[in-house]
Amino acid sequence: MKIAVLIKQTFDTEARIALAPGGGIEAEGVNLIVNPYDEFALEEALRIKEKIGSGEVVVVSAGGPRVQDVLRTALATGADRGIHIEDPGLAGADEYSMATVLAAALKQESFDLVLAGWRAVDDGSAQVAIRVAEILGVPHVNVVTALAVEEGRAAATMEIEDGCQVVEVPLPAVFTAQKGLNEPRYPSMRGIMQAKKKPLAHLTLNDLTPADMLPKTKPTGYFLPAGRQAGRVIDGEAAAAVRELVRLLREEAKAI
Amino acid sequence: MNGGIWVVVEARDGKPKKITYEMLSLARRIAGAQDEEVAAVLCGHNLAETAAGLGKYGADRVYLADDERLASYTTLAYTRVLADLVRHRVPRVVLAGYTVTGRDLMPRLAARLGTGLFTDCTGVELDGSELVFTRPVYAGKAYLRGVTTASPALATIRPNVFPARPPADDRQAIVEEVPVELGPQDLRQVIREVLCQVSARPELTEADIIVSGGRGVKAPENFKLLEELADALGGAVGASRAAVDSGWVEHRFQVGQTGKTVSPVLYIACGISGAIQHLAGMGSSKCIVAINKDPEANIFKMADYGIVGDLFEVIPELTTVCRELKSQG
Repeated sequence: MKIAVLIKQTFDTEARIALAPGGGIEAEGVNLIVNPYDEFALEEALRIKEKIGSGEVVVVSAGGPRVQDVLRTALATGADRGIHIEDPGLAGADEYSMATVLAAALKQESFDLVLAGWRAVDDGSAQVAIRVAEILGVPHVNVVTALAVEEGRAAATMEIEDGCQVVEVPLPAVFTAQKGLNEPRYPSMRGIMQAKKKPLAHLTLNDLTPADMLPKTKPTGYFLPAGRQAGRVIDGEAAAAVRELVRLLREEAKAI
Repeated sequence: MNGGIWVVVEARDGKPKKITYEMLSLARRIAGAQDEEVAAVLCGHNLAETAAGLGKYGADRVYLADDERLASYTTLAYTRVLADLVRHRVPRVVLAGYTVTGRDLMPRLAARLGTGLFTDCTGVELDGSELVFTRPVYAGKAYLRGVTTASPALATIRPNVFPARPPADDRQAIVEEVPVELGPQDLRQVIREVLCQVSARPELTEADIIVSGGRGVKAPENFKLLEELADALGGAVGASRAAVDSGWVEHRFQVGQTGKTVSPVLYIACGISGAIQHLAGMGSSKCIVAINKDPEANIFKMADYGIVGDLFEVIPELTTVCRELKSQG
């Protein structure tokens, strides 16, 4: 079983977001982490490999030099090798471009499974893994909370509005991980030492020669939401405060 | 006819979800300036009646793909039907809800059509003849405006943000049945089992009122108090990450950066401190009420109304008053 895990480096979820002088999002001084949903994907890949007792887990990420940090973390956690796609041509990449590039890298080998987080906590666009599935011509199951892999098939439990459903697909296939899929492990000291010796390939767009990867969307600007003002704290003992709250909700806020 | 604004309808037991009406109203607004056609696309089985009802909500035309194999949503079958239809009729814009279905279908459709998609839009505006999409990034800590450079423009729309206009009973849509061609490639996903917990409460992202609990609720059984209040108000129940990570509530009820983003009319935060993670998921609520015994809790900095007190006293009291109001009509 050969498993690819798509990993994205994102801002820490506790990061405060500010605009950079140029109009983009300020990245200076922000702590970078492995996208939390991708951690579920990696953990699932490691568990599948462990259960089967053989196979390979390959972590793939695209971006600047700092992206190596998340790939090394993934290797320390247990992945076997990494692929880092780095190229100035990735600047301005949108979901279309990124999926095109990642799919081109995956196409160079043949994976039985591709796992990724269902969304990244930064842009939250929740598109790239599904687009990769389409480019590879394989089925996907989105927001997966349980995954059972058998010979040539997989049954994935997908979160739906009122519960979940079990979707069966032939392999190869792409699965996007939702919180609840598993409890990710941390890298061990031994893993961190071993990671330094694990292979990490560096690819450029020249190595991949993706088809048209010009973005299909263009950002025209970022803005910060208007901050909310602290409202009114209603004093008094519970019963009186509740009466006043209900009056305000009806008469002032017209919310009930 | 080429052009037009399309709305992908999501129906449940033949009844369109609220987001469908919100999108049809939005489509009418952006079509208005140029008098473009607004078309609803309805995939499923035995939906003739549903199709006929969409005209009064703003559709000029309804494309109806009726097939037994479309009775339950699967990505590949629906993608095939929509992609065929888009290539044939060439709309300018395709909108779908940012729902379980929309977030699964639209990236796949966008990839098949080789076009751009804006996810979870909270704004769609015409700038001359160009459509500008606004969407949250970093879970609403910032917003991005953007345009597509390919056609059609695809977007998923956040529920509960765009107002739905009341139906106009005299409006009718042309219902056009479209051919459904599906091959084995399109039927590779098989739904083996559906496990639903039937709930009388509205879905979190569609609810007008949400009663949400955090660490201060202290134990899973105490969520009953929140459920009673939610039921008295006809609302949904949510939770903070702290409550979910403690194992008190299932993850699908989590509101925040690693949960759902909601924008109800009223959000009642009970025993929630207001971590930035949580605020990102509910900061666009129209009215926020905080109930917390810690007067320094961060949540009070953004709440419209706050009660500093013991939620185990305040919530039952609030439930009683809301029930009284309800019984008075």
